[in-house]
This record gives sequence, C-alpha cells and structure tokens, in this order.
Amino acid sequence: MTPLPADQRRGALELIGAAALSGLAYAGGMALLLAAAARHAVGALTGHKARSGWRRLAEQIVRVGWRSVGVVVLVQTFIGVILALQMTPPLEPWGQVDKVANIVGVAGFRMLGPIITAVVLSGFAGASVAAELGTMVVSEEIEALEAIALNPVRYLVVPRVLATMVCTVLLAVVADLMIALGGYLASLALGPQSYLGYWTRMHDQLAYRDFVTGLIQAGVFGLLIGTIACHEGLSVRGGAEGVGRAATMTVVYSIVAIIAAACVFAMVFYVYKL
Amino acid sequence: MTDPAKSTPVPPGPVIRVVDLVRRFDGRAVLDGVCLDVQAGETMVVMGGSGCGKSTLLRHMIASMWPDEGRVEMFGRDLAGLSDDELDGLRRRFGILFQSGALFNSMSVADNVALPLREHTDLDGRTIDIIVRIKLELVGLREAMDRMPAEISGGMKKRAALARAIALDPEILFYDEPSAGLDPVTCAEIDHLIRDLSAKLGVTSVVVTHEMDSAFRIADRMAMMDRGRLLHVAPRGDFEAIRDGAGGGDETRDLIRQFLRGDPEGPITARRRSSGYAEDILHAAGGA
Repeated sequence: MTPLPADQRRGALELIGAAALSGLAYAGGMALLLAAAARHAVGALTGHKARSGWRRLAEQIVRVGWRSVGVVVLVQTFIGVILALQMTPPLEPWGQVDKVANIVGVAGFRMLGPIITAVVLSGFAGASVAAELGTMVVSEEIEALEAIALNPVRYLVVPRVLATMVCTVLLAVVADLMIALGGYLASLALGPQSYLGYWTRMHDQLAYRDFVTGLIQAGVFGLLIGTIACHEGLSVRGGAEGVGRAATMTVVYSIVAIIAAACVFAMVFYVYKL
Repeated sequence: MTDPAKSTPVPPGPVIRVVDLVRRFDGRAVLDGVCLDVQAGETMVVMGGSGCGKSTLLRHMIASMWPDEGRVEMFGRDLAGLSDDELDGLRRRFGILFQSGALFNSMSVADNVALPLREHTDLDGRTIDIIVRIKLELVGLREAMDRMPAEISGGMKKRAALARAIALDPEILFYDEPSAGLDPVTCAEIDHLIRDLSAKLGVTSVVVTHEMDSAFRIADRMAMMDRGRLLHVAPRGDFEAIRDGAGGGDETRDLIRQFLRGDPEGPITARRRSSGYAEDILHAAGGA
C-alpha cells in the first residue's frame, strides 16, 4: 500500500481530530447536564415544594414507562422464543436440549433483558422526550420557564432522567419474566425433553447476582437515555427541522451508548467474576 | 403575597439602568455602548428596525443574555453579580410577555397562570384558583380558562401569557413585540391592556416594538435604536414633534422621522442603496 500524500494525511488527521474534539465537547456537555441534574435532584425531591417534584416524576414515569409496557412485553417474548429455538440445534447432538432453560435464563437476565428494554425505551421515551424539550426550546417555553424563576434542569430534566432510570429498571424486570416465558413457549413446541422441568432448571441455574447485575445495567442505560434525550432536546436550534434531528440523534446516540456501556459492564463482570 | 424577595426596599433612582452595554455576536457588535435608564412607574418603548438590537437589549434586561462589556442593573443591583438564588428572587419581581406568548402547551390556560403561584407561593389550591380567575378577568379571558393553548387564537394566547406574567404581581413588565402578528383591533386591545395594567397595578413597563401606532399609544418615554446604538431617548411628545415636523437639517432626526412615519424615502433607505450595489453588480458581471 502506497502511503497517502502529506496533505491528504493531514486532512485525515484533522478530520479525526475534529471528530474527537466534538465527541469530547458532547461528552462534556452531557456531564455538565448530568451534574446539574444531580445537584437539583435532591432539592427537587426533598426541599421546599418537594410534593410537586414527586408529582412531576410520577407523571413522567407514567408517560415513559406505562406506555412502553406493551412493546416490551411483545418484543421480549419474541426474544425468549428466538433464544430457545436457536440454541436447541447446537445442543441437540450432545443430548443437552434440556439446557435451553439455563441458557435462556442467563442470556435473558444478564444481558438481553436490560439491553433490549433500553433500546426499546430509547426509541419510545428518548425520542419523545427530545422532541418535547426541543419543541419547548423552539416555542420560547424554556425561556418562559426561566423568566418565571423555574430552573429548566430542576423542572424538566430531573423528572425525565429519573423517570427513564426507574422505568428501565422496572421494565427490565418485566423483560426478564417475558424472555423466560417466551423460552418456555418455544420449549412447548420443542418437546417434553425441553419443557419438562424448564422452570426448575432455570431457577437452579440463576443466581441472585444474575438478576441484580442485569438491573444495575438497566439503571445505567436509563440514565444514559434520559440524559442524552434531555441534552439533545435542550440543544435544539433552528425550528421544526432541529426537533426532528434531535429525536433521531437521541435514538442513535442512545443505542451506541447502551451497547458501549454493556460492553464495559461485560468486561468488569468478567474480570471480577460477577 | 409574602415573598421575602419583595420586602427588599427599592433604592431611589432608576428601576432599570443599562450602562455602556456592549454585546458581540461573532465579532460583530449587536449592542454597541447602550445606556438607558427606566424610571419607576413609566412605560418605556424601545423602537427600531429589524435587527437593530432591541430584542437583544431586552434579553439582557431580563438576564437571559449576559453583556460582553458594561452592565445592567435592576433595583440598583448589577445582574451579573447575583447568585442563581438571588437572580431567581429577582425574576419573581418582573414578568415577561414573549413575542410568541410562550405558553406551556401541555397545560390549560388556567394552569399556565397558576404555575408560578403553585411553585413560588405557599397558597392553597382554592386561593390560587381565585387569583387565577382575577388575573384572567383582568385580561378578559376568564371564559377560556379551561382551554388548551392550541385551541385559542394568537391574540388570546398573548392575553393568557400576559395573565401569567402578572400572576406574581410583578413590579416590572417586559413586552417583546406585543402587537406582532395581530390584527389592528386585537393590537389596539392589547395596547389598551398594557396601559390599563400600568395604571391599575402601577408597574414599570419596557416595551420593545416596531409598530409605531402601538408605540405612540402606550409610551411615556421612547427610545430609538439603530444598528446597536441608541439614537434618541425622550418623552413621547418629543418624538411626536419629530414625526410631525418638517425634514432637512439634522440627519439623526431625519432618520427617526423616516422610521416613525414609515416613509419609503429617507436616510434609512439611502443607506441601504449606498452599500455598494453598483460595484457588486459590476463585479458579478466582470467575474462571469
């Protein structure tokens, strides 16, 4: 391979540098927003007017979580069915078809439950939060909030980020159960060797930590989705087009962040044997 | 209302004081050394063409933008020197009517007006409900209190936003283009309302507008802005004299006169024409 000419090499370097800089700036903006949200969260839920803070959190939980339950149930049941059907052929030659229950349990509780739930929520809740806040920016509502001495971070960001966290964790529990159920439904079709003792085998396989590590991941994924959505929404410039872009980018960035965080979690759990 | 922020005595002197305010966007000075005092109880109208910097000036007065140089004082205190809490305390003492109204679209008209009361006072629900009705009656919108912002007209939105702006009984009201996008009758109604509120509530008002009919209806004093500078600040009668007087002589007065009358010929249009149009065309022709 011939080396690139000097000016092209410099161009490529500049591109990489610019991408790295804008990536850093984005991460910095997110970190600042997250820090501000953390600072305001305590005041919003414990201080003066805490009741209206809790009410707003409840509203957002209903909005983010309740509406996503149906999709999570549907998608995660499918995941359970897929897992069981795809793991059976490789297990068959070894006479280990009954181990499908163990595999569905571990894969579902430790990884697929939280990840797929978070991906569903990034589309469902993330995009809608970004679009909502973006529209508020465009129609001067954020400025109006500040004008009546209501801090947008405390009033809008804190309930949305917390609600996304809480909902991702709660829905991950639903997801775990649905994946297990999906696996069982597929086992019914696969025959008695598969379905007899399915629940016992899954129960014996799963340790408490499989469940907990899954939920910890779900909480972090929810935090990422909520923060990215609020950051994108509040950074909207330039009318309706900007709002659409914010919604799209929220989903893209969220999915990348979720998978990247899951990868980090997998490494940490592997090293510390969790 | 028992708000600790309100008990601070107002020192004598102007309520709002803008001193040598400079603000640049991308190196271009949008505000170029603006000085303006607004006295207690008066209605100050800031006028000027599009892009002259009047909205930017307003945004500095309401602490949503910060100066590059100079300072803005409200009730004798430099806005830049205030902590977030102090600033929030100050924000409860003034209200703003935004150009679009900026109602919270997810709430009914009544909830929009109730929000500052719910968040900043310890009044019970019944009392808040009564205050909301009083404020909406002041702007003639009590019948529409349960409607959503999307269901009401532009003029009604402005009135609802005004009711929200006066919810906490502010001492200063800021209006950003209050008559923009309204029909002449609704526009006159809003002007009447602004005068009425000044008289009834004794508030100090700062109005940014380029609607001259409206400006002359509501102003006690007027300020004319042009390209980031204040050309002239004077009582309304003075501007009326410039408007109705004969041209010629002083260029600043000619410029103000053209703006006030909306004449198609004058210093403003001459300035635009002399911006190298011919050279530009010749250059384009030469380059082709």
